[in-house]
Amino acid sequence: MADFTHKQSAHCESGVVSNLMRFHGMDFDEPMVFGVGSGLFFSYLPFIRVNGIPVTAYRIWPGQVFKRFADRIGIKIERKKFSNPKDAMTALDKMLDQGQPVGMLTSVFYLNYLPAAYRFHFNAHNIIVFGKANGNYLVSDPVMEYTTEISYDDLVRARFAKGMPEPSGRMYYPVNIPGDYDIETAIWKGIKQTSDHMTRIPMPLVGAKGMKYLAGRLRKWPERLGNRKAIQWLGNVIRMQEEIGTGGAGFRFIHAAFLDQCSVKLANEKLFNISQQLTKSGDQLRDFAYYAGRVCKNRKSDTKTFAELGDMLEACAQREQAIFSELYEVSRSR
Amino acid sequence: MNKEQVPQDQENLNEGKLAKLYYATDEKGHYVKVNSIGWEPETVAMQQAWDVVNDEVKDAVNLIRNGKASPLLYFIKKNIMTHALVASYSGTVGFMVRLHCIPFFFNRLSKKQLEKYAYTFRIPVAELTNLENITKHNG
Repeated sequence: MADFTHKQSAHCESGVVSNLMRFHGMDFDEPMVFGVGSGLFFSYLPFIRVNGIPVTAYRIWPGQVFKRFADRIGIKIERKKFSNPKDAMTALDKMLDQGQPVGMLTSVFYLNYLPAAYRFHFNAHNIIVFGKANGNYLVSDPVMEYTTEISYDDLVRARFAKGMPEPSGRMYYPVNIPGDYDIETAIWKGIKQTSDHMTRIPMPLVGAKGMKYLAGRLRKWPERLGNRKAIQWLGNVIRMQEEIGTGGAGFRFIHAAFLDQCSVKLANEKLFNISQQLTKSGDQLRDFAYYAGRVCKNRKSDTKTFAELGDMLEACAQREQAIFSELYEVSRSR
Repeated sequence: MNKEQVPQDQENLNEGKLAKLYYATDEKGHYVKVNSIGWEPETVAMQQAWDVVNDEVKDAVNLIRNGKASPLLYFIKKNIMTHALVASYSGTVGFMVRLHCIPFFFNRLSKKQLEKYAYTFRIPVAELTNLENITKHNG
C-alpha cells in the first residue's frame, strides 16, 4: 500500500487535489489549490431548482477548480468514466495495485462514515481511495479528520449513483507531474480570473451583482411565497453558505487564506491588505447567516425581518464588488 | 473570523464523527486552520431541511394507513428520493413509479419488479411489501 498522508481540508475538491499532489511530491496547501483554481464565485440561479428551491452557489461549479489548477501548474490528468460498475472497480483495483491513489466522484448519500444528517443525494463529492484492507477500501475523505473505510458495495453505489449529475464511476489521477513550474504566474492567473468573474461578467445573476440581485429578491420572499416557503428558501441559502466544505462564510475565508499565503510567498503587502478586507466581508456574511438562522428558528427576540436581511446581503455585495475590483486592478498588470 | 470566535456549539448533528475545518485569523491577521464541532445557524438550516423530509415521510405513512398509497411511497420519501430517481435506479419511468405508489397497482407487481424496487432501496423484498411494519413503527 502506498504511504499516503491524509490532511483534513475544508472543501472536498481542493482537498482531494491537495492530498493527491502531496503524494506526488508537490506540496500545495488547500487554499493555494482553491485560489490558483479560481474556486470562489457567486451565482443565484432561480431557473434551476433542486426540490423546488432555487440554486444558490458560493463557488464555481464542480470539477472546474481541479481543471484550472491542473492547467495552470501544467499537470496532466487522466480522467476515466465507466458504463459498468464491474469495469470501474477493476480499473480502480488495478491502480491501487500499482500503489497509485485515485480521486473519484461519489454520492454523499452512500458514504456511511459521514454523520446521517449530511447524507442527502449530493452527487459531486470528491474522495480519494488509496488502498485496500480486509476487503474494504481505504478512503481519504478530505472533509474528515482521519482516513476511513468503505465496503465494496457501498463504494459501487456511491460511484454509480443516479440523478443529477451522475458520477458514472468517474475517477482521476495525475499521470504527468511537471519538473518545474511558475507558481507566480499561476497565482496571478488565478487571482485575475476570480476577480474578473466576480465583478466583470455582464449578467445580473453572477458575481457580486448576483449577490445584490439575490438581496433584492430575498426582501420580497415572504409576500411572494408565504412564510413557510420563504423560511425554507432562506434556510437553503445558509446551507449553501455554511454547510460542510465551505471553510466558513461561503469560501470567503479560504480565498482570504489564499491571498494571505500569496502575500507571504510573493512579498506583496497589498494582497495581505485585501485578504484582511475579504476577512471582514466574510465576517459580514457570517453575521447574515447568524441572523438568518435566527429567523429560521423563529425566535421572537432580535429576529430580523427579511428586509433587514436583504440590506445585510446588499452591504456584503457592495463590499465584495469593491474588494474584487481592487484585486482586478492589482492583478491586471501582471 | 478570529480563531477564538470559531463556534463550538455542542448542539449539532455531527454525532461526534466530524469536526469541520475552518479558516480563521490569528492576532496578526494571518490565517490558521481551526476545527469546529458545530455552529447553530448551520444546524438550524440543516435541521429545517430534515424536517421537510420527515414531514413528507409522515404524510406518506398516513396515506398508507388510509389505504391511499402503497409502501413504495414510504420508501421513496424515507430515502429522500423522487419518483424519477427511483425510476432510473429500477430501470423504469417516473410515470410507472407514480402508478406503483397506488396500492391497486402495487399489489399486482411481478416478483421481478419488486426485486428491482427492493434493490433500489437496499432492502429485502419482504420488507418492501410489509405494510404493518411501516404503520406500526411510525407512530
